[in-house]
Amino acid sequence: MVPTDLRYTKDHEWVRVDGDEATIGITQYAADQLGDIVFVELPAPGKTLDQFATFGVVESVKAVSDLFAPLAGEVTGTNEALTASPELVNGDPYGEGWMLRLRVANHDQLDDLLDPDAYDALVAAG
Amino acid sequence: MLAALGIGSVDELFADIPESLRASGLDLPPPEAELELAARLEALAARNRTELVSFLGAGVYRHWTPPAVDQLLIRGEWYTAYTPYQPEISQGTLQSIYEYESLIAELVDLDVVSASHYDGAAATAEAALMTCRATRRERVLVSRAVHPQVRATIATYFEGGLEIDEIPLVAAGDAAGTTDLEALARLLDDPDRPVAGVVAAQPNFLGLLEPMREIGEAAHGAGALFVAFVEPVSLAVLEPPGAYGADIAAGEGQPLGIAPQYGGPYLGILATNDALVRQIPGRLVGMTTDLDGQRAFVMTMRAREQDIRRDRAASNICTNQALLALAASIYLATIGPHGLRDVAATGAARAAELEAALAAIGVERLHRGPYLNEFAIRVPKARAVHRRLLDRGVLAGLALADAEPDDPALADALLVCTTEVTTSDEIRRFAEALADELTTDRPGPAPALAEATR
Amino acid sequence: MSVTGARLEPTLFERSRPGRGDGKIPHPPKDALERIPAAARRSTPPALPELNEPEVVRHYVNLSQLNYAVDTGFYPLGSCTMKFNPKLNEWAARLPGFAGLHPLVPDEVAQGTLQLLWELEEALAAISGMRAVTLQPAAGAQGELTGILMIRAYHRSRGDTERSEVLVPDSSHGTNPATASMAGYRTITIPSAADGGVDVDAFSAALGPRTAAVMITNPSTLGLFEHRIGELLEAVHAAGALAYMDGANLNAILGRFKPGEAGFDVMHFNVHKTFSTPHGGGGPGAGPVGVGESLLPFLPTPRVLREDDGTYRLERPGERPESIGRLRGFVGNTGVLVRAYAYIRAHGAAGLREVSDDAVLAANYLMHRLEGTYDLPHPGPCKHEFVASAATLKKRTGVRTLDIAKRLIDYGFHPPTIYFPLIVEEAMLIEPTETESLETLDAFADALIAIAAEAEADPDVVRGAPHTAPVKRLDEATAARNPNLRWRGMTGRQMPCPD
Repeated sequence: MVPTDLRYTKDHEWVRVDGDEATIGITQYAADQLGDIVFVELPAPGKTLDQFATFGVVESVKAVSDLFAPLAGEVTGTNEALTASPELVNGDPYGEGWMLRLRVANHDQLDDLLDPDAYDALVAAG
Repeated sequence: MLAALGIGSVDELFADIPESLRASGLDLPPPEAELELAARLEALAARNRTELVSFLGAGVYRHWTPPAVDQLLIRGEWYTAYTPYQPEISQGTLQSIYEYESLIAELVDLDVVSASHYDGAAATAEAALMTCRATRRERVLVSRAVHPQVRATIATYFEGGLEIDEIPLVAAGDAAGTTDLEALARLLDDPDRPVAGVVAAQPNFLGLLEPMREIGEAAHGAGALFVAFVEPVSLAVLEPPGAYGADIAAGEGQPLGIAPQYGGPYLGILATNDALVRQIPGRLVGMTTDLDGQRAFVMTMRAREQDIRRDRAASNICTNQALLALAASIYLATIGPHGLRDVAATGAARAAELEAALAAIGVERLHRGPYLNEFAIRVPKARAVHRRLLDRGVLAGLALADAEPDDPALADALLVCTTEVTTSDEIRRFAEALADELTTDRPGPAPALAEATR
Repeated sequence: MSVTGARLEPTLFERSRPGRGDGKIPHPPKDALERIPAAARRSTPPALPELNEPEVVRHYVNLSQLNYAVDTGFYPLGSCTMKFNPKLNEWAARLPGFAGLHPLVPDEVAQGTLQLLWELEEALAAISGMRAVTLQPAAGAQGELTGILMIRAYHRSRGDTERSEVLVPDSSHGTNPATASMAGYRTITIPSAADGGVDVDAFSAALGPRTAAVMITNPSTLGLFEHRIGELLEAVHAAGALAYMDGANLNAILGRFKPGEAGFDVMHFNVHKTFSTPHGGGGPGAGPVGVGESLLPFLPTPRVLREDDGTYRLERPGERPESIGRLRGFVGNTGVLVRAYAYIRAHGAAGLREVSDDAVLAANYLMHRLEGTYDLPHPGPCKHEFVASAATLKKRTGVRTLDIAKRLIDYGFHPPTIYFPLIVEEAMLIEPTETESLETLDAFADALIAIAAEAEADPDVVRGAPHTAPVKRLDEATAARNPNLRWRGMTGRQMPCPD
């Protein structure tokens, strides 16, 4: 069961919204599928993203995956700890392994995302 | 096996090829037993003239390769091994590549060296592409004194998507034949077309030493990266690219124990600093440990490569020149740092000897600037003279008109080089033959000729 | 074969001692470098290791014994064609007449090599049914780039500037889409049909005025001949696009199918696969490219030409303006091409056809032996390779293809290609080639069957494999997270030698 205070994309990103600020990462399922994560490529602060646009790349030893923005907005920060410790994504994907912060452009876009039950169902369906 | 499969003939296994697509036979020369084929190959090899006294360099150099190199290289465990994707049974290849990366890193004074690229030209083209990716700019400046084939290769890779501008050379004076710094400054000063990278060679194609530090400073001042094209043996004695501010070094590794072989396989050297490591194409080998804590080596940062990134890979390179990187490593290990310095210094000494011998017969250098072991000489009707010297068994370098047909300044010039294998005897023979050819067309006092060839 | 028992080696740097190694060349005069300006000179010599020749020799001999190689054992690597490397070819390439030839000599000095290259082009053209061949590309991937750049030049020459897409099947080798990107094209990936072949209908639907090319491997990366290839090629040409064939699997169809005759416009060869040139631990290879009439003008320069008087020469710069130019220095990986030439001349037409016959027979035999033990997604006759899957075994025992691969090492075999093609779960792509004996094939099948039994009875022994190799499984995560790509002495993150 995934955290209940988050919303999810079908590409396995999560988002936590706190007022105008959104924090984004990938789910435990995604991290498990990728295996040991070795590098996360993130955009520079100031960059504007559309909803579901690619905002970066996550690399494991043997795979690579694009990262898609659950919501549109301007990037306000990235998790610099991931440069030295990308394994945080594997160990604590919803906490220390967060990837991106952005200023939400349109809160209505939350309706386009999956709630925890819907995401769990997606993962169960395989 | 046919019995086990329950079929009558192997043709049944090809039944799925539609009749209309089946090959209509295959027209090839009849096969030969090994004895006959060996004779055929020897006959072909004998049709090449390799007995010439050679002063030809221009990017490929004759050196003495200690026999230990080939005797080690011919071990089946080296040359019949596959790419080390299964590291547990490839520690030989993997450690040797790590050592290669480390040896070249020392020579170029940069942190990260790829496991090899196809050759110097392709490596430089990839280096130029790296500068565009890293800076997100689309224009590269390449000195006209970079090897013409390297420039042509960059042009092919850049065609249609990215821009290349040529940096002209200084036309006259002490710096003639080197990259024109003023022209470079003007080319860099275009806010609408910012430059991603500047490429220059050391020594350059004409054998001259370039103001690399100044070129690098100009590039960085404009927010561009600096790519140095280098010759590895010269790095035993010349300042390395990492020391003069190059961000990327590319080069041709052939001089490190690899035979000329009419063009390849050679060794593309590509190196950069830690900041650009994710941009470097090709394989990388790193050190790690196994489950027991044992030190071991493994291909790493694989997610950059084509089999994982596919259409998002920086380069499509898969097969590289691994065996040649091994040859270069064995050469460096055998020759050692003092030996390598002696190779470079002896080549330089012979070049000075050649310059003097040619000056004594009235043949001058085309340029005035310092060189290491290669330089251009002014020879009227250079192509014709080159031909006639060939008939006399002397390969008088490269007629520059062949390499740069559109450059009138190089029409009457030969590019000549010496290495540690060049002998004083060969230099004498070259000078005598050249003097002879040059006096054939005009009257000349015989005593002067005797002076010149003493 | 066995690399077990071989000892690990310190690095050259650890073996280095000051003052060792000398006597290879005479010392130059002390003032040799005085005329070089100080600013251009190196202030400190490079810190290269100093070893005596006996130490160098032991180092590289010992290291070599840590390697598995074709000369030590069987490599059933699908898509790699790890056939025996004939020793005549090594001798030929080393003939001083070939090895000592500088690439910029006048043509008259290089007649032997030029003739060899010209004859090799003719042979490859005959084998492929293509009109002409370039030997310039240094590897298959560079051959792919050459082919796609020629296709791009072709469309541009016709003023056709809208074509921005290349279509590939989802079973394609990663180099195909990577090549398309390098040439500025967008890759459209078409899912394969249920039988593993290209889905001709899906391709047809995706073909259109934006399609520059399709890139097809035939036989496919599943080892299956694309029997609808005629239909597909027609659809491609009807849409105004061109068809590129990835020739990696040519070992299956020598003398049986000619891509040029069938309608492919361009293809590359991997001489280090089909034509036996050795892999060298990762290279060198060569990737010659064959073209049909439409792409002839765009071939890289210089071409090797034969004059009416029977002499040979290289094309001169500017002689053929429509050429796409050059992809690398000089004429090609000539030393590798000498080996391929010798191989082709040794076999002749009948010999090459026999190569394919035997390669296909061996693959089918192995597939038959593994029936019932592993999943075979495409159980019909295969060509030179086939895909097996450990998917069911994984569900039952938790043992994966990776574990089976590592356990094969303990049995003395190099693993097959694993997790490729991407469209088969827990894939093992197995290609025996034609140079293995029946005993070897049976021993390999026996080993795979034994491992399947171990997976049921004692899965840990499989999951912990290899147990007998010089090193165990490696920490690849740390290697990628904190890369150590260069020796920096015994400080920092260097680990000491096991000695």
